[in-house]
Amino acid sequence: MTLFKTMLSKLGRKTIDSLWTLGVASTFIFRVIARSSIVIRRPNLLVAEMHFAGVLSLVIIIVSGLFVGLVLGLQGYETLKRYGSTGAVGTLVALSLVRELGPVVSALLFASRAGSAITAEIGIMKTTEQLSAMEMMAVDPHARVIAPMFWGGVLSMPLLAAIFSAMGIIGGYLITVVVIGVDSGAFWSQMQASVDFHHDILNGVIKSVVFGTAVSAISVYEGYASVPTAEGVSKAVTRTVVTSALAVLALDFVLTAFMFTGAH
Amino acid sequence: MERSVIDLWVGIFVALGIAALLFLALKAGNVDSIIKSEGYLVSAEFDNIGGLKAKAPVKSAGVIVGRVDNVSFSNQSLRAVVKLNLDKQFQFPKDSSASILTSGLLGDQFVGIDPGGALENLQDGDRVRITQSAIVLEKVIGQFLYGKMSEKNGD
Repeated sequence: MTLFKTMLSKLGRKTIDSLWTLGVASTFIFRVIARSSIVIRRPNLLVAEMHFAGVLSLVIIIVSGLFVGLVLGLQGYETLKRYGSTGAVGTLVALSLVRELGPVVSALLFASRAGSAITAEIGIMKTTEQLSAMEMMAVDPHARVIAPMFWGGVLSMPLLAAIFSAMGIIGGYLITVVVIGVDSGAFWSQMQASVDFHHDILNGVIKSVVFGTAVSAISVYEGYASVPTAEGVSKAVTRTVVTSALAVLALDFVLTAFMFTGAH
Repeated sequence: MERSVIDLWVGIFVALGIAALLFLALKAGNVDSIIKSEGYLVSAEFDNIGGLKAKAPVKSAGVIVGRVDNVSFSNQSLRAVVKLNLDKQFQFPKDSSASILTSGLLGDQFVGIDPGGALENLQDGDRVRITQSAIVLEKVIGQFLYGKMSEKNGD
């Protein structure tokens, strides 16, 4: 009976704790967004963070996009060959990339490449008391450090997802048309006949904006809330990657249910 | 204004991102879907629409002249009502007929319009009088088998 009681109270404490964390995180993100005017007043801060989050992620995004496209093309071709409709491989590659894989995989890569780096940077600034030092000099770290990082991530993510999708389509083109020998005209024309600008491409961009916001918010919060020790920062980085991945996949399900089901 | 190498890299990054978006919009997607041309709505009633869905193409002589706007069911006539959104630049005589066709054996269904000979053209809100329903493959096969069987019994 007492065991049951302690288990129940532990569960309750966990629930209250996680709700508490959610509240603190939301307040923190609102505070960051409220102090974001610095991004417009000093655009060089934003440019530096876009370099950090976007440009430095370019290589991994381009290479992974290309390989994902190659694999999709190869697998799609092998499956469609059985039905004698290999021309539809372009449609398969483009739709799966633009709707799902582009935004989701680039968000996962972004979380592990840029999100973890953002958390580590903020965490180490906290450990070495740079954030406190800023406050002592009447510089608000929310505005000076965190807001540019947050917006740099939010703005970089849709561009990275678009580059990922485009590279994937090029990869699919290379493997199916150039290597295997699917007709180039059928590849592009079937793709163009089924990819809708509003329904597919725009919804993909909306997805990547949502994922970028979620991953950036999680990264800056985990860094800011980390325990200021070496171990605390390492745990915070792990939490960033795990929470971001779960958030992206859960959000993707919700967004897909809204966007791509129903009357069509 | 100071310029640093970081600015150049971010410029390259943004340019690449916009180029990728343009590539997706122009090369992977169809440009026609961005520029929505003005259209007019025409309705048509069918006994059976098969698997016709909204946004399916409307073709005349093989050329796409519009899209299916929506599909609904009429309680009065107990038939399917299909609203066709036709492009303004294509005009059809009032007595044109609409039929539901299938591209290929298992392909998607679309609406085909055969122009009639009337002097007046279809206007916004008009109804296409002559329609031909979708061919339901199961029914055709069923009729074929039934016919074969009665042939055998007759022998």
